[in-house]
Amino acid sequence: MTAPKHMDSALLTDILRRMLTIRIFEEKTAELAESKEIKCPVHLYVGQEGIAAGVCAHLDSNDFVFSTHRSHGHYIAKGGDLNALMAEIFGKETGCSRGHGGSMHVLDTRVGFMGSSPIVAGSIPLGVGGALTNKFLGDKNVSVAFFGDGATDEGVFYESVNFATLYKLPMLFVCENNLFSTHMPDFKRQSNTEVYQRIANFNINTKRVDGNNPVEIYQEAKTMIDRAKEGKGPSLLECMTYRWLAHVGPDHDLDIGYRLKKDVDHWKSRCPIKHVRDLLFRMNELSEDQFVRMQRDIVAKVEKTVAFARTSPYPKETDIYDGLYKETV
Amino acid sequence: MTGYTRKPCEENMRKISYAQAINEAFHQVMANDDRVFQIGVGINTPWYVGNTMKGLLDSFGETRMIDTPVSENGITGISVGSALTGMRPILTFPRMDFMYYAMDQICNHAAILNYTFGGNVSIPLTIRAIINRGGEQAAQHSQALQALFMHVPGLKIVMPSNAFDAKGLLIEAVEDDNPVLYIEDRWLYDEEMEVPEEDYRVPIGQAKLVREGTDITIVSYSYMMVECQKAIVELTKQGINPELIDLRSIKPMDITTIIHSLKKTGRLLIVDGGWKTGGVAAEIAALVADEGFALLKTPVKRLTLPDLPAPSSKTLEKIYYPTHVEIIKGCQDIIHDKQNVH
Ligand SMILES: Cc1ncc(C[n+]2csc(CCOP(=O)(O)OP(=O)(O)O)c2C)c(N)n1
Repeated sequence: MTAPKHMDSALLTDILRRMLTIRIFEEKTAELAESKEIKCPVHLYVGQEGIAAGVCAHLDSNDFVFSTHRSHGHYIAKGGDLNALMAEIFGKETGCSRGHGGSMHVLDTRVGFMGSSPIVAGSIPLGVGGALTNKFLGDKNVSVAFFGDGATDEGVFYESVNFATLYKLPMLFVCENNLFSTHMPDFKRQSNTEVYQRIANFNINTKRVDGNNPVEIYQEAKTMIDRAKEGKGPSLLECMTYRWLAHVGPDHDLDIGYRLKKDVDHWKSRCPIKHVRDLLFRMNELSEDQFVRMQRDIVAKVEKTVAFARTSPYPKETDIYDGLYKETV
Repeated sequence: MTGYTRKPCEENMRKISYAQAINEAFHQVMANDDRVFQIGVGINTPWYVGNTMKGLLDSFGETRMIDTPVSENGITGISVGSALTGMRPILTFPRMDFMYYAMDQICNHAAILNYTFGGNVSIPLTIRAIINRGGEQAAQHSQALQALFMHVPGLKIVMPSNAFDAKGLLIEAVEDDNPVLYIEDRWLYDEEMEVPEEDYRVPIGQAKLVREGTDITIVSYSYMMVECQKAIVELTKQGINPELIDLRSIKPMDITTIIHSLKKTGRLLIVDGGWKTGGVAAEIAALVADEGFALLKTPVKRLTLPDLPAPSSKTLEKIYYPTHVEIIKGCQDIIHDKQNVH
């Protein structure tokens, strides 16, 4: 079996590694939230890894990424520093936001991960601002805003799409449609639940893909990013997916009545990591052994982030005002 | 007990929590008036609103309990429009932080329309906002924005500190023909108190003298009242006898009750759960300077949040939120006039 179009085994392995890193990091975070060592609220990304990994595989550190309350996956896929992420969730001085922001306010500007905002849709216009910057710089790089289907309930989403399209900005809107905004299913919030269709009248290039198929995500994102870099303007990629865990925290939200175990199980059987792993198996580019080793390496790396976070100091009380204003240079 | 309007009632008192008191008020106002309906992101799930909405969906159905898309700006305007045309909506923001999206509709529309149209319309809208601080949630999930809204002419703002006022002020707010911002604090939800079973009203704009004293006046409201009460236990042991006033309403502000108290004590500590600059405490200090300067024996002192977004890390959170410890120290400093040796 050969590799899918525009892809090779090295690229697929890279995507697999990004997804696996997110999965293992998030599972560890869930465990630590369960045991209450982590007290900061965490919105975990388990099940949706293929989207961040498939899109970010195209990006370098000059491309911008903006994220939401469900931020860890995007941060990791963009290559953000893992120690600094775990330390931030722990509220430590060594965290990527120095313990000021916690899980929902993370960034790593070194790699072009320009921050997350837990105000629903809050970071979508910020992403368009990044695209405007990149337009000034000659369309060499793109800006990507990841957001959920819930964010498309907000007016600012439409204002952002209109502006980006009007000015043909090098922008990629990635809507991770996991069917719910907290407890509310899409059909209770939206008169037309197909985001890509709803938005098409803005004359933006849009497509809906299987959000648990990283290959399809990668390929479609490629077309869209290529287009943006040719100065043809923004696109919106709607990825149909599902979050395996609770809206917030380590549970499964099966006790609240808004979703059923059989739905969760169904989506778990469509694991994006398994998808790419099995493809590499079939291509004879990955052995069971190599996969286990990859997993083991990542587990070790994630354990190190925990050790780093645990042994890091808390921010000093006397530093509480640090960062309120920037020293003008 | 003072502070009833319309219907005094002292019978059928039982101990219920702040959250239960709100819930009971909702059941009563919705049963009393078909024009009342509720709307907001997450109003039908305990995730956002604790048990304050218990049983309402069962009793009144989805047509009067509208759990909405995540569209704060839109649903606020829709609520204002509905109030303008004859309904009496109760619009909930499960966190005050999410109200920024709705600022235009609240401040540029709800607050001003009656005046702008020459007094010819009314906006009987209750905007219910919940402060939910702490828990390492950081800057966008913990804000207390009362001062921001206090600045806007045309809004009334109430902030009950206990179950009794929570119920009475909520009913009063819903029956008021103006936009009333009703602000709760999640940290108060489990606080219990004797509350009448039937509906009653606590008037908007009246502070309450909670404890009489002679040495210093402490003015506070909402959750910080709990910390004040704790501080007073300690202060009385030290021989300091404070007077305590619960503002209950931020706007209109009952300066008369404060001035009356200052005649007795001559000293003032304001304990405010919001930011310092341009805050509720600053407004009180200004009012006292205007109307009671000659009564003051010592400078007025404000105890507030620092002028900072809420940090996430627990070590920073700990010093970010003042407690009874700082209140005790604040009172001691004023009484011993440490900060200002003349
Ligand atoms: C302005 C605003 N309103 C409400 C909320 C509360 N809230 C937090 S996450 C969320 C759901 C968002 O759903 P979606 O955008 O689909 O992202 P998902 O959680 O599914 O990843 C809501 C309503 C918020 N954070 N900000």
